[in-house]
Amino acid sequence: MIRGKPDEDDYWNSSKFKAFTFDDEDDDFTRLKESKRAVNSIRSLVEEEDEEDDVEKVSWSGEPVGRKAKTGSFQSFSESFGDPSIRNYAPELRKPKSEYKDYVSDWTPEETVKRMQQGKVYSLEKFRSLQDKLLLLDEAVNAHDGNVITAVLIYLKKSLSKEILFRELITREIALRHYIHYLKEIGEQKLLVELFKSMDRTEDMALMQYRDHLNVRDENKKRDFLKNCLSFPFSPDDATHVQDHYTLLERQIIIEANDKQVESSGQADIFKKYPRKASILNMPIITTLYYSCFYHYGESDGTFSSPANIRKTFRISDKQFLLTCLGARAKLKAWFDVDALFTTKNWLGYTKKRSPIGFHRIVDILQKNNAPVQVLQDYVNLVEDVEQKISLAQKYKCHDVIINTYRDLKDRQQLIVYRGKVERGSSEYRKIEEILSNSQLRWKN
Amino acid sequence: MAHSVRRDAPELPDFSLLKRLARDQLIYLLEQLPGRKDLFIEADLMSPLDRIANVTTLKQHDVDKLYKVEHKPIVSTSDQTVRGCFLYPLTNWFLFPDVVNADKAFGRFRRYKIIFSPQKFYACENLLEEQGIFGDVTTDEWSFYLLPLDDDIISLELPEFFRDYFLEGDQRWVRTAGSALHLLHSVYGPFSKVYGIGRCSKMAYESWREQVEEGEQRARQAEIGNVFLIDRDVDLVTPLCSQVVYEGLVDDIFRIKCGCVEFCPDVTSSDKSIKVMLNSQDKVFNEIRNEHFSQVFGFLSQKARNLQTAYDKRSGMDIKQMKTFVSEELKGLKQEHRLLSLHIGASESMMKKKTKQDFQELLKTEHSLLEGFEIRECISYIEEHINRQVSMVESMRLLCLLSLTENGLLPKDYRSLKAQFLQSYGIEHLLTFSNLKQLGLLVEQQPGETLTVMESRVGKLVNDKTAGKLTDAFSSLAKKSNFRALGRRLNLVPKSDEEYDLRVPRDMAYIFSGAYIPLSCKLIEQVLERDGWTGLEEVTRMLNGHEFAVTAGSNGSDARVKTDSQRIILVMFLGGCTFSEISALRFLGREKGLKFIVVTTAITNSARLLESMLDNHA
Repeated sequence: MIRGKPDEDDYWNSSKFKAFTFDDEDDDFTRLKESKRAVNSIRSLVEEEDEEDDVEKVSWSGEPVGRKAKTGSFQSFSESFGDPSIRNYAPELRKPKSEYKDYVSDWTPEETVKRMQQGKVYSLEKFRSLQDKLLLLDEAVNAHDGNVITAVLIYLKKSLSKEILFRELITREIALRHYIHYLKEIGEQKLLVELFKSMDRTEDMALMQYRDHLNVRDENKKRDFLKNCLSFPFSPDDATHVQDHYTLLERQIIIEANDKQVESSGQADIFKKYPRKASILNMPIITTLYYSCFYHYGESDGTFSSPANIRKTFRISDKQFLLTCLGARAKLKAWFDVDALFTTKNWLGYTKKRSPIGFHRIVDILQKNNAPVQVLQDYVNLVEDVEQKISLAQKYKCHDVIINTYRDLKDRQQLIVYRGKVERGSSEYRKIEEILSNSQLRWKN
Repeated sequence: MAHSVRRDAPELPDFSLLKRLARDQLIYLLEQLPGRKDLFIEADLMSPLDRIANVTTLKQHDVDKLYKVEHKPIVSTSDQTVRGCFLYPLTNWFLFPDVVNADKAFGRFRRYKIIFSPQKFYACENLLEEQGIFGDVTTDEWSFYLLPLDDDIISLELPEFFRDYFLEGDQRWVRTAGSALHLLHSVYGPFSKVYGIGRCSKMAYESWREQVEEGEQRARQAEIGNVFLIDRDVDLVTPLCSQVVYEGLVDDIFRIKCGCVEFCPDVTSSDKSIKVMLNSQDKVFNEIRNEHFSQVFGFLSQKARNLQTAYDKRSGMDIKQMKTFVSEELKGLKQEHRLLSLHIGASESMMKKKTKQDFQELLKTEHSLLEGFEIRECISYIEEHINRQVSMVESMRLLCLLSLTENGLLPKDYRSLKAQFLQSYGIEHLLTFSNLKQLGLLVEQQPGETLTVMESRVGKLVNDKTAGKLTDAFSSLAKKSNFRALGRRLNLVPKSDEEYDLRVPRDMAYIFSGAYIPLSCKLIEQVLERDGWTGLEEVTRMLNGHEFAVTAGSNGSDARVKTDSQRIILVMFLGGCTFSEISALRFLGREKGLKFIVVTTAITNSARLLESMLDNHA
């Protein structure tokens, strides 16, 4: 169905169509449609007349619906004033038949809403007093029809000052949400901000304005936009995040400019060996950290692009830092760096390997980055749970780890079983033989 | 494996009639514009339209060329008298004036007609008027409410319903839902009983009743007996769980669109992807769609062996037998062979994908969340998921499941997880978090506040001028999910120490490997069993009420006649339903000798639901 399919195009271009002019046809048709509509509306006018009388009777009994329901001379004054077509008639005069046309819009809020729902002719102009407007709005809300609610709101937006409209919407949650959604859809950002402000919904206001940064393409303009956002009334937590957003983009712009230049000048090996696939602009913090661990490892804390600086600026947790750094260094097969990540020295100068996440996860990540067995087994060895250690060692074929573990457990049986699994005559086979024949060892079985 | 259908299970009504109605109306609309015209179709409407009318039908009614609406100036070689006819669903209507104005800027004056589907809104017309193009552009509507996707699934194809209603609070689709129900009622009704739960369901019900009263009633033989309406936010846990029945899994991984899926080369083991219709017409699919994934491989290999045997019959045949074989069986066998290899390919590909992402561990976490077991471990798992920048939507899904099952996150956890999420996936997701909070999908627990404290605070706020805060307080009260209490009340989470035989499912929990009975389907089961909400008072209170059970239109004498139609239940999901839920209802139907027809605003799953919460596109 998409354009450009040759076979279809062929058909279309050769297809014959009846020769006539659109316009005539169309006008005929429109005329027909119009007259049909006219006939229909006449019928409804006639019907309306009867209803009109009914409603009038009801109103005297104090039914609180529609304009007829209201009592007092003020009401009749305002209405006759509001509707020029009835201005000339004294209320007590029976309306002449020929004037029915003028009463087309004499529908109660309820009738009006019903007509709107049914797609019939309606008119909102006669709802001029604030009270009438609100009755109409409430009626639309009662009918649960969002289409009509929004239509009424559009009318109110045009015919009420925004201060008054906002004030009335505060107590009308459903109408308010329709109004907000409508303004969002047609992109009336400014009015929306005013609305939130008038309702004291400052956080919504701040987020609404912040959202606009998505529309800014140019990175420098976006940075300036975000800087401007810093003064918005976010919740304390969100304010921190927005500050981060600004700082991040500011640094990304600096890093990007620098690295682009370095890369094109061919000064640094790392960029030659691993050309950058994409710009770092607008990437998340963690992606930026990964990038920094990949291209800027070992830079001093003072530079914006150094991992340490990014870690500190964005308060990255030890665990998160380790995971990201590990991923980047393992990708580069920089096993020495990987090793250093876990090495801590105590005050006596002894080194020890520590990790904020279980070593089994470390093994998993290294393995996914194709670490060789020699590297893997160091970390498998660090897994504390013996069963887990053995199962990992078996999964990744770290023979030494398995053999040593069984030896330490003095488990002769398991060692014998394992001997059956390795290749006869291989180095691990010989190692097992050696251990089994060691008379110094006291086996538990 | 294929469940034997209860012999007395009633026949389903023929829903192809709905397609015919939609097609006829479209043709009528096209005929109203006599002569040559180009048809511009909004992308979202392409697939549904495909199900209704093909190119031949359109060209029979003088549609000259077809275009996809792309919201940029129309490049058309045709002369200026050719008019455009736009088919629009309402998602992008506010972009339309740009199209016309761009045209004007080029000095072209084409005549346009916009046909809105399924209905036009006053806001659209107002926009055309404001932009000064009302008149250049005329409008109409194509009341294409219902698209039958299968024998027992009908979709309104309104994926925007969920966000519009539940997030934005816009009720524009309420009447649409009422009209859809009205259409079904007038073609397949009269319904005898209507049950429902949720605010939107109630409104849709009322809208339908109004339309029934406005129109004329014809006495006819009912084909659908009872109706159950349910709001999606009554049960948000179920659509956020990983799907493990075949059809659901295919939807999660490959995304079924309008009953059609595109299998990538990986599946087809060729160099191109192919589009396949997935419905009851596909005999192989029909037998595995409702099965737990672990059962599918066995079934497919059995099927493959049978097929081999059938082929093998050829050896030892004489010419005459061979001739009969070729003319009678071979075509069927070939067809089956094609389908079989397709689904085997799909299963393999899904298996590979799931193994790669440590699916087992993921499911374990989900089940722990549902059970309320080892929550700290779940949180660390989610945290690491976020830290490793694994799929953003998956992380969000797990966070929402945690919040829904635990009645919100502890403030400390909420802050920390949110911060890490923003670090990993982008700070602009601040907007997403705000949306998730608004909808109640991901919230912070109110520290140390019992319900009563909350209530007294609300009481105090009534006097305050800041009514905005009042509604906030109310809605957060309303959105408490109470999942644990509901789970206990309705036995949604079976004890984990019992073995669950997935080959012979004993209840609807099989769709989640025996770990959880979907709340939505459990409610339906309970209400049908009790013929109403009696005895479920505590449950409805926890679900925030708005339940109803009404004896509808048909008079007393009809109700006494127990016809087949009484055992046909129409379930309408407002805000979408998942394939897993449909499978669960099919299971329930087999158990109780009922047939369920699922009407949904759209087929959904966790990814679609959460993607609709994203705000990060300009």
